[in-house]
Amino acid sequence: MVDFWEGYALPTIIILGQILAIVVPLLVAVAYLTLAERKVIAGMQMRTGPAKVGPFGLLQPLADGLKLFGKETILPAGANRLVFILAPMLTFVLAMVAWAVIPVGDGLVISDINVGILYLFAISSLGVYGVIMAGWASNSKYPFLGALRSAAQMVSYEVSIGFVIITVLLCVGSLNLSAIVRAQETIWFAIPLFPMFVIFFISALAETNRAPFDLPEGESELVAGYFVEYSSMPFALFFLGEYANMILMSAMTSILFLGGWLPPFDIAPLNWIPGPIWFALKISAVLFLFLWVRATFPRYRYDQLMRLGWKVFLPFSLIWVVLTAGVLLAFDWLPA
Amino acid sequence: MVIQALSFYMFAAITVAAGVMVIASRNPVYSVLYLILAFFNAAGLFVLLGAEFLAMILVVVYVGAVAVLFLFVVMMLDINFVQLREGFLQYLPIGGLIGVILLIELGLVAGTWLLGPEVTAVAAVPILPADQVSNTEAIGRVMYTKYVYLFQASGLVLLVAMIGAIVLTLRQREGVRKQSIAAQNARRREDVVATVKVPTGGGV
Repeated sequence: MVDFWEGYALPTIIILGQILAIVVPLLVAVAYLTLAERKVIAGMQMRTGPAKVGPFGLLQPLADGLKLFGKETILPAGANRLVFILAPMLTFVLAMVAWAVIPVGDGLVISDINVGILYLFAISSLGVYGVIMAGWASNSKYPFLGALRSAAQMVSYEVSIGFVIITVLLCVGSLNLSAIVRAQETIWFAIPLFPMFVIFFISALAETNRAPFDLPEGESELVAGYFVEYSSMPFALFFLGEYANMILMSAMTSILFLGGWLPPFDIAPLNWIPGPIWFALKISAVLFLFLWVRATFPRYRYDQLMRLGWKVFLPFSLIWVVLTAGVLLAFDWLPA
Repeated sequence: MVIQALSFYMFAAITVAAGVMVIASRNPVYSVLYLILAFFNAAGLFVLLGAEFLAMILVVVYVGAVAVLFLFVVMMLDINFVQLREGFLQYLPIGGLIGVILLIELGLVAGTWLLGPEVTAVAAVPILPADQVSNTEAIGRVMYTKYVYLFQASGLVLLVAMIGAIVLTLRQREGVRKQSIAAQNARRREDVVATVKVPTGGGV
């Protein structure tokens, strides 16, 4: 009995507690990211944004959530029911499980696996399934077209994300996310690898289907893209999944390039602030960039999007992989 | 250990069941989705073996890229199932024969599997035990030192296959207007914009 308690029950409870400690703040962050998006864009367009529900509109996400709960779930008659229901669940689950390997502080990580960055890359490359399945199962032309666009777009930009990750790995010598952060104690990778940082950020915009690459849901030509047929909670799951993916990509950006939980300089007032707070601040800064871009740029044309991915980013990041490797080798800076 | 055993049986059972469903399900889109499930559980088996690098690469390459393209194609095709099943009985004998031959060959291979003692002795690059290097590093050491030429050769084969696929599908169509990015970027304001003073009622 004692064996059972110490061997199985207690670890299970601890792991469940850790999962809740990650997922609950994440969901709250997702809810307030929707509010932040509306407020930031409103500010940039000289409007007030949502301001009626609660002080400064702070209860608006709760009101939105309640509204979506109260709506009727509509299953289109021509839809493939099983896949139709499965798609939003898949999107949401994938957006959550990736957080298992994200180190929010020094040692504060659920699973500190050796191939952490590959795990993140694998999970984020699965995100496309939710979109394709939704588009196909809806049995309707706009969602299908949106899904096709999305599949092509996400597969294209994953390639350049892969090369950016390889460049960072060359400088670190490990696939472990905590090791990647610790390697940036002297200098953040955003400075020596600045072009890669820019490419990663733009590819992250494309990977999360955000403006200016939001062609899968281009409302002017595809109504709303792959989730036209969704309503109520399945729609909310897509929405939450998409915003959680944005936060995930921001977290990846800050781990790979902005030094994760590390303070900008290791000096007195800065290193009093605990790591998770630095990490949250960096994620928020990158998220602000996401919103800023959305408020600023018009949508790309589809062929230009593909050209940018395959003819500009892919050769450029490939050259940078070779260049970084060459510099590391020439100056004997390769990590042991 | 109980947890590992249970996980193994779960992953293995789902892999086998999904593999059966790939060929048994009537809807080809379901087949691809079951294939993805099988890949995913195979990755789980790799993790149980301690080969986490292979597991992640399996997910990235097969699930994240290859199966997406499968799904892409299968969803676009308009497959007529009645027509597909028409010739089933006609091809059953030869198909069955090939299946039986493959099964016998697999059985022979599995039954007579023997690694010669000299093969293990001449392994040029000894693989360090798992507690000294991570398996990512172990694979890298073997692949980029001893087998670097074979690695490059397989890369060349893939490159040739890729060029072949492009050559087969690329066709230049006449009379299609395309955007010429270089010409567009080379345009200067002076070449295309002129300020003209237009007299009232005169026109340009």
